Amino acid sequence: MPNRVVLALEVNGHRRETAVRPYDVLLDVLRENLNLTGTKRGCDMGTCGCCTVVIDGKPVLSCLTLALQCEGKKVTSIEGLSPGAHLHPLQECFAEVGGSQCGFCTPGFLMTCSAFLDKNPNPSVEEIKEAISGNLCRCTGYVKIVEAIQASAERLRARRASGETADGR
Amino acid sequence: MAADAEFKVIGRRLPLVDGLKKTTGQGVYTDDIKLPGMLVGKVLRSPVAHARIKRIDTSKAEAMPGVRAVVVGKENRANFGVLPVSKDETALAVNKVIFIGDQVAAVAAEDEEIALDALAAIEVDYELYPAFLKPEESLKPVGDRAHKIHEKTVGETNIHKKVDQDFGDVERAFAEARLVKRNHFEFGGVTHAFTEPHCVIASYDASGRLTVWSATQVPHYVHRALAEVTGLPMHRIRVIKPMVGGAFGGKSDPFPHEMAAALLTMKCGRPVKILFDREEVFISHHGRHPTKTDIAVSCDASGDLTGLDLAALIDGGAWGSFGVVTTYYNGVLNAGPYKLQNFRYSGTRVYTNKPPCGAMRGHGAVNSRYAFEVTLDEIAEEIGMDPCELRFRNFLPPHTTTVNEFRITSNGVADGLREVMRRSDWKSKHGRLPFGRGVGVACGFYISGSALPIHWSKLPQSTVHLKIDMDGGVTVHSGAADIGQGSDTMLAQCVAEVLGIGLERVRVYTADSDMDPVDLGSYSSRVTFMAGNAARRAAEQIREKLIAAASRLTGHPTEGFVLAGERVVYAPNPAVNVGFPDALAEALANSGALIAKGSYQSPPMGGKFKGAAAGLSPTYSFQAYIAEVEVDLDTGFPSVKKVWAAHDCGRALNPIAVEGQMEGSIHMGLGQFMSENFRYHGGNILNPNLLDYKVLSPKEMPEVECVLIESNDPEGPFGAKESGEGPLLPILPAVANAIYDAVGVRLYRLPVTPEDVLLGMQKNRAAGREAGRRGSREVEG
Repeated sequence: MPNRVVLALEVNGHRRETAVRPYDVLLDVLRENLNLTGTKRGCDMGTCGCCTVVIDGKPVLSCLTLALQCEGKKVTSIEGLSPGAHLHPLQECFAEVGGSQCGFCTPGFLMTCSAFLDKNPNPSVEEIKEAISGNLCRCTGYVKIVEAIQASAERLRARRASGETADGR
Repeated sequence: MAADAEFKVIGRRLPLVDGLKKTTGQGVYTDDIKLPGMLVGKVLRSPVAHARIKRIDTSKAEAMPGVRAVVVGKENRANFGVLPVSKDETALAVNKVIFIGDQVAAVAAEDEEIALDALAAIEVDYELYPAFLKPEESLKPVGDRAHKIHEKTVGETNIHKKVDQDFGDVERAFAEARLVKRNHFEFGGVTHAFTEPHCVIASYDASGRLTVWSATQVPHYVHRALAEVTGLPMHRIRVIKPMVGGAFGGKSDPFPHEMAAALLTMKCGRPVKILFDREEVFISHHGRHPTKTDIAVSCDASGDLTGLDLAALIDGGAWGSFGVVTTYYNGVLNAGPYKLQNFRYSGTRVYTNKPPCGAMRGHGAVNSRYAFEVTLDEIAEEIGMDPCELRFRNFLPPHTTTVNEFRITSNGVADGLREVMRRSDWKSKHGRLPFGRGVGVACGFYISGSALPIHWSKLPQSTVHLKIDMDGGVTVHSGAADIGQGSDTMLAQCVAEVLGIGLERVRVYTADSDMDPVDLGSYSSRVTFMAGNAARRAAEQIREKLIAAASRLTGHPTEGFVLAGERVVYAPNPAVNVGFPDALAEALANSGALIAKGSYQSPPMGGKFKGAAAGLSPTYSFQAYIAEVEVDLDTGFPSVKKVWAAHDCGRALNPIAVEGQMEGSIHMGLGQFMSENFRYHGGNILNPNLLDYKVLSPKEMPEVECVLIESNDPEGPFGAKESGEGPLLPILPAVANAIYDAVGVRLYRLPVTPEDVLLGMQKNRAAGREAGRRGSREVEG
C-alpha cells in the first residue's frame, strides 16, 4: 500500500491538512477525512453531479478529482456556501420553491449553480438548463429547480445591488 | 389554485419542514452516519446467472488481518420476502445462485481495501445451469427439476404467478360490438434511478439488541424480515430510517444486504455499514417489469366501451418481490377510469435469471394503461369520434362501483379533462396542426393506499402519536417514511391545522421503530391518506383538551370554541379567547404532558372472488393529460413541447408538493417512453450506470402546466388523496397519441426510438398513406 502524504488545502475558508493516499479522490477526503458529509456520493463516476463542489470558482465533480490535485486550492462545499449569518439565496429558494424533494442531489445542484450565477447573474431558462445538465435529479423533473434558480438569481442581484454579499452580510 | 379560506395551513404553498436541512447539507442520510468502531461491509456477488454452488471456501479471507467477519448462505437459510406468499429470498445464496449479482458471501473488515481483498480471496466453484433469460422460456416445463429457479412455482415451469379474472361476458360483448380493436405491446424494463445508493448500518450491542439504520421506504417490513432472518424477537430489533435520497418503490422491499449486515454485526459485535456502488444499485433493481401485453377493446355503435380483454406476460427476474401484486395490478388497475361491464384478464409473471423486478412508481399499472389508452385513441379514430369525447362518454361517475367491485368515491376526471382541453386549446389543435406537430390525450386512475395490508393483522394501517409539554411544541411520532415526497411536512400540516397553530411549533419524528408507532410505510401511495387521517384524529383529541381548558378558564361552554391563530376562540363571541400557551398551561395542570393517539384503518369493502383485494383502495386519484409534441421529420426524434396535466388529488394539502409529484412523475414516465431501458447480454446488464441508462436531462423536460383538481374526498384528510403515482400513468400514452397526431405513427414498443418513428413514417409513405391519419392535412417535408 502506498504511503499517505499530507495534503494541505483550503476548505470553506479554513486551511486543512490531512493524510491521503495518492489515489484518493476529493469526495472521499471531504466525506471521510474531514467529515463534511453534505457533499453526496451518488455514483462515483461523474454521472450524477451529487458530489459537485466549487474549486477556485469552478464547479468540479469531487468523485473524479484526485485529492492531491487540490493542494493549495480553495475548495467550497455545501457547508461553506453561506459563511455569514444568512443563507445563500440558492439555499433559501430551493427550499421555498420546492427545488429540493429528497434533497440528495441538492448540495450538488447548489454548488453548480453558485458558480454559475457568479458568472451569469441573469441567466435565461435555456442557459440554466445547460448549466445544470450535469446534475441528475430524479424527484422534481427539474421544473422547480429551474424556478428556484431563477428566483435565486433575482434575489442575488437584489442583494448585490444593495451592496450586500450573497449571504446577506 | 387559491387556498381554501376555511384552512390556515392546509392548501398553502409551503416549503418542506426539513427543506433547509437539505439545502445546507445538514440532512443526515444513512451513509452520513459514522459509529464508533464501524466496519466496512462488502458483498461477493455471483458472476453467473444460474448455477449450483459446488464449493465455497472463505478460509483465506477469514485469515486476512483486518477481516472481522465473513458470512455465507449456509449459515442462515431463513427465507424472507416482502409478500408472505412468496418468501423466496435468503440473506445470501444457500445452494444456488439465480442471477448475476446474487449475493454469495459478505465480509466485514476494518477498511474498504481489506474488505475488497477479502472478497477476492473467497473461492467459489459453480456448476452451471441453463439460464432462463426470456420470459417465454420460463413458461415451459423445465427438463430437470434442479433448473427450477425456485421450488415453489406453477407445476414444473418457472411461472411465479398466474392470475385469471373474468367479469361479465367479454366474448359476447366482442361478438355484438361495432368494433373490436386488438393490439400487442412490448415494454422494456426500467428502474427507479434514485440518486442515493442503498446503504445500511447494522449494530448488535452488548445487551443483545440489534439496531439497523437503512435507506428504506418501509422500516416496518425491514423490521419483520430482520426478525425472521436473525431469529431475534422484534422487540430486540430497532429499525431507523434516516433521510432517504429518493426511492420510488425501489427501497420498499426488505433487502438481502440489510440481512447480511445484521448477520455480520451479530457475528463480530461491531457496527457494519454496507454502501452500494451504482452498479450494485442497478443489480439490486426491483424496478418495473419488462412486459408483453395483448389487449382487445370493443365499443358499440354510439362509442360506449363494451369489453376489455387483457393479457400480460410479465418478466419478474429472480425473486418474487411484490410480483403477485404486480400480476394483479396489470389487470385490475384497468377497471377505471372508464365504465366497463365486461372485463377479462389473464396475467402471468415468470421467474427469470435476471435481477429482480418489483414495485416502481405507478406499480403494475403503467404498461397496461399505455396499451389501453393508445388503443382507445385508435378506436376514436376508427369510429370518427374525438378521443376526448370518447373518454367523456365512458368515464365512471363519482360514487359508483366498478365491475370488479372497486368502491369509487370522489372522482374529478371529467373536470380534469375539460380543464386541460380548454387550456391546451385541444379543439383547434387535434388533427389540425401542421404535419410533424400534434396533440394527444390520455387519462388514468390509481389507488390511494391499498385497503388491505400485506400481512393480515388487526393493527391499524397507520398510527400517529402526539405529545405537547410545557415548552409549547407539538411532537409528532409516526412510522411513516419521508422519502423526499414530504410526508413529514404533510403530518405537521395536518396537526397544525387542527390545533390552529403555526408549523414552527410542530416537530416530526418518524420511522424509528423504538420511538414511533407502526405505519405500513411509503408505498402504494398510502401515506397522505392513511397517516394524514391518523394525524388529524390524534390532533383532534388534543384540540378537545385545549378547548376544555379554555372553557374552564373562561366559563363558556366547550361547544362554541375553535382553534385558530394560536388562540382558542369562543366563536359566538370572539372577544372571549385564550392564547394557546395559556390554554396549554391549564390543560397540563395536574396532568403533565398531553398525549394522544390517532389511527387509520380502511373500511370493509370489495368483492368475495379470488383476488378481490388486489387494487382495492379507500379512494382513487384520477388524471387527464394532454401533451403536445413536435417530431423532427428528418430524424424521427420526438420532442415533447408542453404537457397540460390535470390530477384529481382530492385536496392539495400543499400544492408545491403535489405539483412536485406530478412534475417528477412526468419526467420519470417520459424517461420510460423515450430512453430508459435495461439492456442485457446474457444475464449481464449492459448499462448499469447513469451514463448508459439514460434518464432525461433538464433539456428534454417539457413545459408542464399542472392543474390540481380538488374533488374533496369524503374520507381523505381534509379531502386529500394520493399524488405520488397516478400522475405518472397518462404521460406515456398521451405523448404516443400526440406523436400519432403529428406524423401518423403508432408506437407499440417502449422505449420508443427515433428510428421507430422514422421507419413508421417511411412505411406510411410507401403505403401511400402520406399523413397516415384522418383528414386531408398538408404534408410537409
